[in-house]
Amino acid sequence: MRLEVKKTYKLFIGGKFPRSESGRIYKVNNHKGEFLANVAKASRKDVRESVVVARSAQSGWAGATPYNRGQVLYRIAEMLEGRREQFVAEIRELTGKSEKQANQEVDSAIDSWVWHAGWTDKIDAVAGNMNPVAGPFFNISTNQPTGVVAAFAPQDSSLVGLVNTIAPAIVSGNSIIAITSETLPLSAVTLAEVLETSDLPGGVVNILTGNASELGSWLASHLDVNAIDLEGTSNAAELEMLAAENLKRVIRKGSYSRTGAKGSLQHILDLMETKTVWHPKGH
Amino acid sequence: MPTIEPEAVVGSRITNQSLSRWLHSLPGVDKVGLEARTASLGTRSIKTASKAWALDMAIKMMDLTTLEGADTKERVRSLCLKAITPDPTDLTTPQPAAICVYGDMVKHAKEALGKNKIHVAAVATAFPSGRASLPVKIADTKDAVNAGADEIDMVIDRGAFLSGNYLEVYKQILAVKAACVRKDGTRAHLKVILETGELETYDNIRRASYLAMLASPDFIKTSTGKVSINATLPITLLMLQAVKDWYDQTKIQIGVKPAGGIRTAKDAIKYLVVVKETAGEEWLTPKYFRFGASSLLNDVLMQRQKLTTGHYSGRDYVSVD
Repeated sequence: MRLEVKKTYKLFIGGKFPRSESGRIYKVNNHKGEFLANVAKASRKDVRESVVVARSAQSGWAGATPYNRGQVLYRIAEMLEGRREQFVAEIRELTGKSEKQANQEVDSAIDSWVWHAGWTDKIDAVAGNMNPVAGPFFNISTNQPTGVVAAFAPQDSSLVGLVNTIAPAIVSGNSIIAITSETLPLSAVTLAEVLETSDLPGGVVNILTGNASELGSWLASHLDVNAIDLEGTSNAAELEMLAAENLKRVIRKGSYSRTGAKGSLQHILDLMETKTVWHPKGH
Repeated sequence: MPTIEPEAVVGSRITNQSLSRWLHSLPGVDKVGLEARTASLGTRSIKTASKAWALDMAIKMMDLTTLEGADTKERVRSLCLKAITPDPTDLTTPQPAAICVYGDMVKHAKEALGKNKIHVAAVATAFPSGRASLPVKIADTKDAVNAGADEIDMVIDRGAFLSGNYLEVYKQILAVKAACVRKDGTRAHLKVILETGELETYDNIRRASYLAMLASPDFIKTSTGKVSINATLPITLLMLQAVKDWYDQTKIQIGVKPAGGIRTAKDAIKYLVVVKETAGEEWLTPKYFRFGASSLLNDVLMQRQKLTTGHYSGRDYVSVD
C-alpha cells in the first residue's frame, strides 16, 4: 500500500508559495461537509508583504508592451487548458457540481482569459481619444493603469469569479492582491500554480487565502494601494470609507458579473486613469 | 578622556613584527557560533512602545548619505533639507545625526544645514579604494576639515593590510587622525572604514578592528557601500564585541558604524538588538552607534507613519530619494 501525498495549499506572494507569516491554517470542507484540505490563513503581515512586492512589480509590468502583456495572458489561458482536469475535480469536490457544470465553469474561465488577453493592445484604440480643442493643439487622452489593486473575489465562485476579478486588473498593467473566496479557495491556489509557470513576472498577481473581513481594513486603509474591488466583502460600506483616505478607485459590490466567459471593458477602465496631453501643432 | 600607550597594549615597541604577533594572537572567530547568535537575535520581536523608541533612535543614529559621482550641490542641498525636516507631516520626527558626503560637497552641506546641530561627515583618503599616496590622503582630509567637516570617514589601505603590512595601515590612521586637527586645536571626529567585504575572513575583521582601535579613532565603520558585500549583522556583532572588549581593557569607548545595504526599518531594529545584547546600552546612542544609509530613512518614516496613523503608508507619502 502506498502512502498518499497530500497537497499543501499555500499563499502566492511575489511569485513564490510561502506559508502564512502567522503560521495559521484553516480547514476547508467539501460540499458534503467532510474535511478536504488545510489552507493557509493569510494575516495582516502577509497583506503588507504582498503590497510591497506588488508595488515593485507594477512598473515593470505596466512598462511591458501591450502586445507582450497579451502574449503572457494568452499563455495563461493555454496553461489553464492543460490543467483542466484538476480544476474540474476541485470544483466538483468543493461545490458538488456535475462534471458538465464544472467543465462549463472551466470553459468560462479560460474563455474569459482569452477575451481579456485580446484587450491589452486595444484599450487605447477604443477608449483613448484625440479630443477636438479650440486652438492649434493636439489634445490626446490615453488610459494608464492606476497601480496596485486590492480585490476581494466573489465568495460563491471558486474559479471563474476569481479569473474575472484578476484579469480586468492586470490587462492594463496593474498589479493585484487578490483575496480568494474563504470557503472555495482550492482552485485559486491551483490558478496560482498556473500563473507561476506562465511568464507572468513575480508580484504582478498575489493570491491570499483567508478571511476577507479580517484582511479588508488593512488593504482598504493602505496608502500604497490605488484601487479596491469590494465584490467579495461583507462590510463594503466601511471599507469604502477607509478607501477614501487616499482617494482609491472603488469597485462596488455587484458592479460587474463575474460568472461569464467575457468581462466588461468598463471594468477594465474602472481600474485605469485617464491622462491627457496637449501638444502644439506646427510645422 | 583616558588615553592608551599603544606599546603597553601591544606589549613591546611598535614594529610590523610586534603588531603582527599581537594581532595574530587574538582568538579566532567561531564562524558558526557568530552566525547562529546573530540569527537568533534577529528573530526578536520588538513591539509598540519599544518599536516607536527604536524607530526614533534609528533616525537619530543615521548618517544620511549620498556618495555618487553624479552628486551636485542641489542634490546635497535637498538631502540636507530632508535631514532638517525628515517628515513634514509629523514635526516630532527626530533629525538624523549627520549628512555624509564627499569632501568637495562639505561647504554646500554646511551652508544648507545652517545653524542646525546636524553634523557634516566627509569621506576622505581617496575613498572608496584608498589607493593614493599618504600625502594625497592627508591633503584630502585637511581639505574636508578646512571646509568645515565635523566628522571624517577614512578608509584603511586594504592592500597593505592583506599583505601583512600592519604597521603601514596603523601609521596611516595616525597620520590622518593628526590631519583631522583644526586650526583652533579641536579635532574632527574620525571614523575608520575597514571595508570588511574585502577582508575575506572574520579573523581578519577582528584583527583590523583591533589595529584600528590601537590608533584611538572615534568610530570603526564596516564598509564604504561601494563593494558587493557591505554591512552584515554578524560583522557588526563582531566589531561590537571588539569595541566592548577594548573598553573593558582600556576604558576607551569607541563607536561602531555599519554602512551599506541597510534598507529597511526591520533591519535597523535588528542591528539595535545586536548593539544592546553585544556591547550594551552604553552604545545605544548616536555618539557610539551610527547607521550609514540613504534609502533607510524613507522606510523608517513609513513605519513611523504606520505607528502614528494605524494604517500602512506608501512611497507617495515620503520624499523621493
